[in-house]
Amino acid sequence: MVSFQLTVNGRDHTVDVPRGTSLLEVLRNDIGDKSPKFGCGLGQCGACFVLIDGHPTPACDTPVEYVHGEVRTLAGLGRPDAPHPVQSAFLELQAGQCGYCVAGMIVSAAALLRDNPRPTRDEVSAALDRNLCRCGTHQRFVDAVLAAAGSAPGSET
Amino acid sequence: MTPELPASLVANPWISTWLTVADDGIIALRVGKVELGQGILTALTQIAAHELGVPPEAVRAAATNTASSPDEGLTAGSLSITFSGGAVRRVCAETRELFRRAAAHESGLDTAQVQLVSGVFVAPNGSRVGSYADLSGAVDLHVRVGDPSLEIELAPPTSKDLARIDLPDKVMGRPRFIHDLEFDGMLHARVVRPPGPGAHLEDAALEAISSMPGVEQVVRDGDFLAVIARREGQATQAAEALAATASWSAGIELPDPDDVEGWLRTAEAETRLIRNDSARHNDAPVVVNATFSRPFLAHASIGPSCAIAHYDDGRLEVWSHSQGVFTLCHAIAAALDLSPDAVVVQHVEGPGSYGHNAADDVAMDAALLATRAPGRHVRVQWSRGDEFSWEPFGPAMVGDVTASVDENGTITDWSYELWTNGHTARPGYAPHHSLLADAHRAGIPMLPPAVDPPAERGHGSARNAEPYYDIARVDVTVHRLLTMPIRTSSLRSLGSHLNTFALESVVDELALATGRDPLQMRLDNLSDPRAREVLSTAAAAAGWGAPLPDGHGRGIAFCRYKNRGSYCAVVADVEATDRLRVTRLTIAVDVGRAVNVDGVRNQIEGGAIQATSWALFEQVRFDRQSITSTDWESYPIARFSQVPPVEVHLLHRPDEPPLGSGEATQGPATAAIGNALADALGVRVRALPFTPDNIVAAINAAD
Repeated sequence: MVSFQLTVNGRDHTVDVPRGTSLLEVLRNDIGDKSPKFGCGLGQCGACFVLIDGHPTPACDTPVEYVHGEVRTLAGLGRPDAPHPVQSAFLELQAGQCGYCVAGMIVSAAALLRDNPRPTRDEVSAALDRNLCRCGTHQRFVDAVLAAAGSAPGSET
Repeated sequence: MTPELPASLVANPWISTWLTVADDGIIALRVGKVELGQGILTALTQIAAHELGVPPEAVRAAATNTASSPDEGLTAGSLSITFSGGAVRRVCAETRELFRRAAAHESGLDTAQVQLVSGVFVAPNGSRVGSYADLSGAVDLHVRVGDPSLEIELAPPTSKDLARIDLPDKVMGRPRFIHDLEFDGMLHARVVRPPGPGAHLEDAALEAISSMPGVEQVVRDGDFLAVIARREGQATQAAEALAATASWSAGIELPDPDDVEGWLRTAEAETRLIRNDSARHNDAPVVVNATFSRPFLAHASIGPSCAIAHYDDGRLEVWSHSQGVFTLCHAIAAALDLSPDAVVVQHVEGPGSYGHNAADDVAMDAALLATRAPGRHVRVQWSRGDEFSWEPFGPAMVGDVTASVDENGTITDWSYELWTNGHTARPGYAPHHSLLADAHRAGIPMLPPAVDPPAERGHGSARNAEPYYDIARVDVTVHRLLTMPIRTSSLRSLGSHLNTFALESVVDELALATGRDPLQMRLDNLSDPRAREVLSTAAAAAGWGAPLPDGHGRGIAFCRYKNRGSYCAVVADVEATDRLRVTRLTIAVDVGRAVNVDGVRNQIEGGAIQATSWALFEQVRFDRQSITSTDWESYPIARFSQVPPVEVHLLHRPDEPPLGSGEATQGPATAAIGNALADALGVRVRALPFTPDNIVAAINAAD
């Protein structure tokens, strides 16, 4: 066991875990933040995405010792009384079916809107292209991100 | 009030099984249908609140538990609103009247005088008699439904959409999924699967692995091999190390991946005549002969399957995202030689499954391993590779159609012959070894062949094999394979997917061969006005008949799911350049009464997009020993940039019985894309998926 320090959602944590433990395992099982999901363990699907210094990163194949920046997860993006605009828009537009990919979707969308507050529909699609959804909720996700950005759903601008 | 009870109430007739009213007014609703991401708990909550006349927040729908919930069988076949919805509606209406009667008794009024206003029973002068909470002690719900002394009028059939009750947790990142469930001292297990079906374990370094960090146990039972560890990562590492030390015998030989069709046509099979009108094709003016096929398709849930089990003192508790917790409970009990009463399965929400995936198998894994670690919760998480390798797939299928049309455009004769594995292998479908771990434990070379649901449940392989069109003579023959080297079971819409693709492609071919418009051809051969209306609605919304630029195509297709469920018509627009792109799907559906309109739209949009993914990209890959499409690179699904806009037109049918929506689009969306592709290319592609390889092969064959 090795001690690692990391900052998650603005709080400092010290965890004693075996070297090589994935950031996803540390977040879910040691810190108890279940919001990022295990999807493939291969960095291919986006279900486990978290922000590291603002960049969407697969937590499943990132060993905890390689994490040097600040980690933010879906659970740390907003609070029940002050949700992130993307979270509000997902609820408003009922953007979800099973919801398993939603954590990674919202994390990717939040990163997009920070860098590009008024994305086009194609830019939203491109930003979410690394995130897989199996239920076919893509259209609602894109509409919700556009709504969060203040654009009308379906608008091409 | 109709005297007959919904089927779920015949099996579970006590009101108290379905709901209880607490003295704080909270109404606990228990149902036997499970949340799969389709929004069923939301819809049932909406029905209950509407019928009871209370705000939806007062109703708490619990996830199904085999010890305390009504047994409503599987959550499958787009039947949950029909069965569970009908039952909940009736139970809540009777409960409301029992409370009204109690309110009348309390106040000395006639029952008919007591009004219900926002969850409170009031006298004609508006004075309060009591709420559900106030009256809860005076009403005995341990009574059977169908009390003839109750005068019951059901609430109006439609109510305001309730937002998804599970979505806030999922959007805010709160624990909700089975994967998120945690218990004190919970152990983590990983199973090491054979390299391919039928391989037997010869040797593995069990002792060496058991001394790895964190490892509590290495378990071997026949060909079933697993590790149990304290940390999840330790379990994964130990399983990888164990797999590296394991030697296995050669397994069974899988079919030749380059000739699946030949294998399907020649493997041992049971042949059934589904319909036999002695169709004639000799003297028809126009006859079309064509063969259609699809590959094995994966459910490919976005989250690999997971389960937790706890065994103590002869009692087993299992947490599972199975679609059929009751059948799972019995199958686990049988496999572990426990009394069914000693096993409880609690449903917990999981990622979307779209049919029978590995959810049941991982529950069996956890149950088996929990019996080896009594008193501890054991959590089993499948890997992505195991999910893709060992889940039961939607079967590969090949079907031959011969169809005849006369000078007037009337389809007169239809013959269809289908070869496929069975479309269901749910827990308990065979007396033994229906769960993967149980089969591996026993060392059997392959699982018992999958079967099919009976005709009264809408068939499996033969689902929608009989045309819904008015055709005088129809023959349908199904060859269900009696060997299952590649494991199969139910995938969303079962055989309807390929059957509808074949049927609707041939209707287009008949139209083209006789110089008729494909839409008109359909309308001319369909007498059911609801079928005609979805077709006309979708066509009008899509601008059917307008000219298209070069390289573009437009196609239409129709299906009434199971020939007695929902009606769906799809118009697909495609662009076929170096590869096929679906640019728009316009859909009209008639699902009867829609309980939750947005929920129906969500199901239709999602089903259409999933069908597009199947049609364009999906194909399980294998060699002669094992499945080789084991990750998202080798089993690609549609991404955002490949997904078309979907426009849904929902026909308003408040007075018609609900018909289900979850599987309505799979067949017609696929067929509409195929018809649009043929329109764009002038060449018909009859082998799914529409990959560049299959498109080029069709073009070469046509030359």
